[in-house]
Amino acid sequence: MAVVEYKVPQSLEEAVAMLSSGDQATKVLAGGTDLIIQAKAQNTDPLVVVDIKKINTMMGASIDGSGLTLGPSMPCAEFTAREDIKAVFPGLVEAAYLIGSTQVQGRCSVGGNLCNASPAADTIPALICNGAQCVIVGPNGERTVAAEDFVTGVAQNCMQQGELLKSIQIPQPAAKTSDAYLRFIPRTEMDIAVAGAGVSITLDDAGVCTAARVCIGAVAVTALLVPAAADALIGSTIDDAALQAAAEAASAASKPITDRRGTAEFRRHVVGVLTKRAAKIAADRAKEK
Amino acid sequence: MAKIHVNTTINGEPTEFLCDPNDTLLNVLRYNLELTGTKEGCGSGDCGACSVTVNDRLVCACLVLGAEAEGAEVGTIEGVAEANQLSVIQTKFLEHAALQCGICTPGLIVSTQELLKENPKPTEEEARYFLAGNLCRCTGYDKVIKAVMDSAETLRGEA
Ligand code: FES
Ligand code: FES
Repeated sequence: MAVVEYKVPQSLEEAVAMLSSGDQATKVLAGGTDLIIQAKAQNTDPLVVVDIKKINTMMGASIDGSGLTLGPSMPCAEFTAREDIKAVFPGLVEAAYLIGSTQVQGRCSVGGNLCNASPAADTIPALICNGAQCVIVGPNGERTVAAEDFVTGVAQNCMQQGELLKSIQIPQPAAKTSDAYLRFIPRTEMDIAVAGAGVSITLDDAGVCTAARVCIGAVAVTALLVPAAADALIGSTIDDAALQAAAEAASAASKPITDRRGTAEFRRHVVGVLTKRAAKIAADRAKEK
Repeated sequence: MAKIHVNTTINGEPTEFLCDPNDTLLNVLRYNLELTGTKEGCGSGDCGACSVTVNDRLVCACLVLGAEAEGAEVGTIEGVAEANQLSVIQTKFLEHAALQCGICTPGLIVSTQELLKENPKPTEEEARYFLAGNLCRCTGYDKVIKAVMDSAETLRGEA
């Protein structure tokens, strides 16, 4: 293992200064459930870690009339226990709950899942379908990036050296809006998505869909926002024909690979089925609001 | 490499140790502090043999740096028995023969203790999901789950 220095900033400014300085590779340590495994891999370069868990805003979450402000490093065990968040974003909470074991939940975080940028990350489609915005702070100040633009490739995100994901903001959804996230795994627990779909649906009082966002995961290099699938749902009462059209749009937009967890053909099919089912669940939830 | 001086609490005892930045909490427990009850199965967060609590949260000690224990409360298998008296969970694991080689057992007992703290009356399914991150390569879980369910009943005063 190659951690050569451990630093504990007490503020965001200090964290940014630590992340910007020095000629050695420097990484943010939150729950460590990805970083420590990566650092243990053989032949890794010397790594300086910056443990941001003493910075309160990184670890908390607040939800009010303007939406959710999530500290990116809040452990998922704490996040998924928050009934106030679950009431508004049940699909995002479900996605966070799917990451790893109880032990991993004690440390892993939504922000970590996002920054690690695995194509199969469960929370990324759920963040994207909810229109999440990523607030990044760095040596040159702050900038905000939409979740769908944050991940740029396999294990790659848009942040430069010295930058830190400071918070994840999700605007308060319109009335009668809800979300759902589903994934397929061959086992019942402790596995990585073979395909996943996050859907957010807004209905009017007559039950007609007025807005939707569909995002699919594990079927391309990054999670993909699929406007064509959303368009298939908007204007419908989320009837079978609309669901079928959304499923076909999601399958058509997917660019899966074949690996030991599933063939491209299987993934393309399953991502459509998941899209359809998640849309149905999100719509049923939206009706209840 | 400069050593890091860490002040922490382990099983209620104030403890200090020196570690390298790259030492995991698991290695600190086992090699620096000789608390060898916590086991290493995989070293990558997959098996749960290294389960401990940090600030009352169940975690894999192999995925925590020793330096992160500064100011924290750590709980290990060594803190489970009360003096020379085995805990109910430990007794039930013995009664149900829920172990063979025993490598997974400390982690399973620490995890079971957390499960029953959070949910004193779990269904079998809830227990299986909670403990899904504790792998056993010998007993096949059936006896483990029997011991867990029996522990829950006993701790609720129903058995
Ligand atoms: S040794 Fe920590 S999870 Fe296996
Ligand atoms: S008893 Fe051997 S691994 Fe569980």
